[in-house]
Amino acid sequence: MPGAIRLDHVTRRLDADVPVTLVDDASLRIDAGECVAIVGPSGSGKSSLLYLMGLLDQPTRGHIVLRGEDTAGYGDAERAEARLRAIGFVFQSHFLLPEFTARENVMLPMRRLGRLGEDAIHARAGELLAALDLKTQCDKWPRQLSGGQSQRVAIARALANDPMLILADEPTGNLDSVASRTVQQIILTLAHEQGRAVAVVTHDTSFAAQADRRIRIVDGRIQP
Amino acid sequence: MIRLLVAMAARHLLSRRRQSVVSLLGVVLGVSFFLAISAMMRGSELDIMHRLVDNAPHVTIEDDYRTPTRQPVAQMFPEALVQLHHVVPQTETRGIRGYPRILDDLRRMPGLQASALLGGQALVSFAGKDRAVGLNGIVASEYVRVSTIRRYMVRGSLDELETNPNGIVVGDELARLMSLTMNDNVNVASTTGQVRTFKVIGLFHTGRSDFDAGQAFVALKRAQSLLDRPNRINTIVIRLVDPDAALAEAARIEQRVRYKTVSWQERSEDLMSALTIRRIIMYAVVGAVLVVAAFGIYNVISTVVLEKQRDIAILRAMGFEARDIERMFLAQGAIIGAIGNVFGIALGCGLMAGLMRVHFRFPGSSDVSYLVLDWSAFQFALASGVAMFAAMTASYLPARRAAKVEPVDVLRGGT
Repeated sequence: MPGAIRLDHVTRRLDADVPVTLVDDASLRIDAGECVAIVGPSGSGKSSLLYLMGLLDQPTRGHIVLRGEDTAGYGDAERAEARLRAIGFVFQSHFLLPEFTARENVMLPMRRLGRLGEDAIHARAGELLAALDLKTQCDKWPRQLSGGQSQRVAIARALANDPMLILADEPTGNLDSVASRTVQQIILTLAHEQGRAVAVVTHDTSFAAQADRRIRIVDGRIQP
Repeated sequence: MIRLLVAMAARHLLSRRRQSVVSLLGVVLGVSFFLAISAMMRGSELDIMHRLVDNAPHVTIEDDYRTPTRQPVAQMFPEALVQLHHVVPQTETRGIRGYPRILDDLRRMPGLQASALLGGQALVSFAGKDRAVGLNGIVASEYVRVSTIRRYMVRGSLDELETNPNGIVVGDELARLMSLTMNDNVNVASTTGQVRTFKVIGLFHTGRSDFDAGQAFVALKRAQSLLDRPNRINTIVIRLVDPDAALAEAARIEQRVRYKTVSWQERSEDLMSALTIRRIIMYAVVGAVLVVAAFGIYNVISTVVLEKQRDIAILRAMGFEARDIERMFLAQGAIIGAIGNVFGIALGCGLMAGLMRVHFRFPGSSDVSYLVLDWSAFQFALASGVAMFAAMTASYLPARRAAKVEPVDVLRGGT
């Protein structure tokens, strides 16, 4: 089995007057149905590793293999297509587009993909929001939602195209404890019940403890 | 896909309603002024061209040569250096020789009508008043086919010259200046000293006071007799089915008849150049209005791009391509351009309708003049096209910048 995603000796270096190594020779593999917590001190390269896994950034060296396919030769369009079909992002801040309602935010990736008709997209967005207990919030604007609600809308949006890989960057970092627990449970469910591969960058030790595996990263290097 | 990008672009514009409306107003005013001014200028230009083409011959054959005839000895020894002394020019009656044969030849050519004319200077005398006029000897039945003069007859008929060889048709301004009325007898003296009496059988009014006061028409035979040029004419007037072909036709005719043949374009070369320069200046000025409007669009879209860096990053993370982002911002320019066009054209039509009601009297003209506006689809297409081009160009730079946003840089920048 190839795994949902595999990193082989991935290094990301920023070329500047003083070169900075964000990720140094990282190798890891995440399988479907597995939730991996990425932990480490601030500035250690956790988010950089996540952006590399999400094909938002390109490695200076090494290979990223998504669904068994090496992404090294991907151009901008192919990386975008892979993100659209196979990867869902959840960030610390919900990053909902303020000009669109909750439902419209969830509909955006589906509209971009164009696999479903407009009615089906509308219905699926409603289902995803309802599954996250946001049935009554569908037509509200992001500014009318609480932090926890917004983050759940962001999760629904990440799930819109049914991706096999979910990448969450401090998804509970801005939430109160109640909302944080709810979001944690949802993310764990995505892996354990829906069979998706999930990578979560977190400082929350209790959240990390619930993950199937923890990867500690310090100065860009994955600790043994 | 395009629908989605346009919808997103529209939402962005609506989120900055005030700036969007201001930039939209810029386009509306730009389009309307462009339309009104270019329609007015182009209208007047077409009016001038129409007068040039319609009221004057398309092609004129004159009793002259572009290059003087060479002496026989020079023709015989083309390579030699020939110097002739005491050459006495042969006295001859000027005019186009063998004009009936030339006319027959011309009439066999398709797409043209030709008529003979003998022009000269004469003095019209009536009731103690004298006025110099340009005397035109014509064959009325032929001349009306190449001229629009019949359209301007206000009294009598040009055709009566056929039945009344002692008739004269004059402009109403000349009639007014000399207190002439229909059927008055006037004396006409030529520069050769010959005097004839003519009866006023028609009055015309073209609206051009110099023509109405300074031209008269008589039968060709009478003009030949009066000007002492028997069986001669000095002009062949040609009207073409396609006036734009006059330049080429004139060259072709000149090659056949050898007499100097002038097209209306050649005759009006200075005016045509002036009109071209005027057109360039006009488009530069009205285009500047749209350039200013384009800056407004650039400003609003640039601001949106700067403000929406985070949204651009999240869209890229979602799976939108860089070119999707570029198209989305280009769509903003297109939306402002398209809506600006709709309202701009509506306002422009209002301005044009208003301008058409303006009337005035030119010095030297007896008529009330109105502004002539060109309502052709070309004017609307031009105003609309320039506005769209300006809007798209203005949105292109910010759109390119938006497409180059590196999502990781924005996301690393924090929340």
